[in-house]
Amino acid sequence: MVLAVILSIVLMVIDQRYQHLQQVRSALAIATYPLHFLADLPVTASLWIQEITATRSDLMEANEKLHAENLKMQAQLQKYQALQSENLRLRDLLDSSFKVGDRVLVAELSAVDLDPYKQQVVINKGTASGVFEGQPVLDADAVMGQVIQSTPFSSTVLLITDASHSIPVQVLRNGLRTLAIGSGRINELDLPYLPTNSDIREGDLLVTSGLGGKFPSGYPVATVTRVDRSADNAFATITAEPAAHLDRSREVLLVWTVGVSLENLGDNNATPPAKSEEGRQ
Amino acid sequence: MNSRGTWMIIITLGIAMLMMILPLPEWARLYRPQWVTLTLIYWCIALPHRIGVGSGFSVGIVLDALTGTLLGQHALGLSLITFLASQLHARIRVFPFWQQALVVLVLLVIEHLLALWVMGAIGQSPPGLQYWLMPLIGAALWPWVFITLRDVRRRFKVS
Repeated sequence: MVLAVILSIVLMVIDQRYQHLQQVRSALAIATYPLHFLADLPVTASLWIQEITATRSDLMEANEKLHAENLKMQAQLQKYQALQSENLRLRDLLDSSFKVGDRVLVAELSAVDLDPYKQQVVINKGTASGVFEGQPVLDADAVMGQVIQSTPFSSTVLLITDASHSIPVQVLRNGLRTLAIGSGRINELDLPYLPTNSDIREGDLLVTSGLGGKFPSGYPVATVTRVDRSADNAFATITAEPAAHLDRSREVLLVWTVGVSLENLGDNNATPPAKSEEGRQ
Repeated sequence: MNSRGTWMIIITLGIAMLMMILPLPEWARLYRPQWVTLTLIYWCIALPHRIGVGSGFSVGIVLDALTGTLLGQHALGLSLITFLASQLHARIRVFPFWQQALVVLVLLVIEHLLALWVMGAIGQSPPGLQYWLMPLIGAALWPWVFITLRDVRRRFKVS
């Protein structure tokens, strides 16, 4: 009894402070994967049944809609590509290195509930698809979080709103840099490190600054919802709402940052060469 | 001491773990009863010579890996609970259901309190008052858990 208590306390301290238990955790995660799979099964099965019982007219309608959307997107993309190459050329003139072009992979959330007091989700892609720890995860709108653990067929993602997560951001309007720290609530981020006189307003869009080397720069993160500058405090109390649908998205994007040099920009290749994974920290 | 029905114990614990991670609607997530603790308490009372602190600890470690909590958080709570339950098993067995449920409530609250201390120690944001509804719901469900598992034990002759 005493032994078990001491052992669990020692385990907790090691797990909290050091990285040594990562292998143990991965092994246990593989062992518990069947349970995750079983819990997810009803949702997967119902989606599959929906798919095979879809009527022809429904499918045709959906197809038409997607076709129209695709056309619109392609028109936008043309403009974007021209802008991107122009931007790169200008950056090169200024001799600043800049990473563009990200390889993405679509993954699906598994319908698995983890501890309700931690903001974590499980996705259905793992190291077999090249997922690595520390990899940024986005949804269609914005940054969602990063991979903290991966097994061959599933990974755990820590959301940006978890109390132990912080992400370097900058205000899109003026480039003001700061950290956005998770509040532990699914729809709120805190920005505790800005002085009261800093230039930030409600409605400002925060994007990733790329500092810290984990998240690629320029992705939207959150919108400022409240700025409270009380005179008796050196720092303003600022809260922001994540732009990603953290509680609603089912599909997420895994991102590999890819460096593109100016030489192979000439041919407008849609798939830039894959870069090896970035180390953790 | 034979090992009849070891598989049944593992299967019931597996089902309890499954119920811990089954997706629930957002409002219901915070009221999920501690299924694994309930199942473990039952086996502890029914078979104190087989299920003890060691089992509690191992189940806790697996549960930690499963729900993504700090490795050892559930293990600490469950080893203490199994210890208390096996100390009290002779007394709990003869209680009527409602009195059993009260003892179970105390055990569940102790586990929750330990988890809360761990959360506080690692700087996780403290949960709201509805956190304490979990043990209440668990204790309210105790008679049904007890009857179901007793039937399972008799049917499969787990001893």
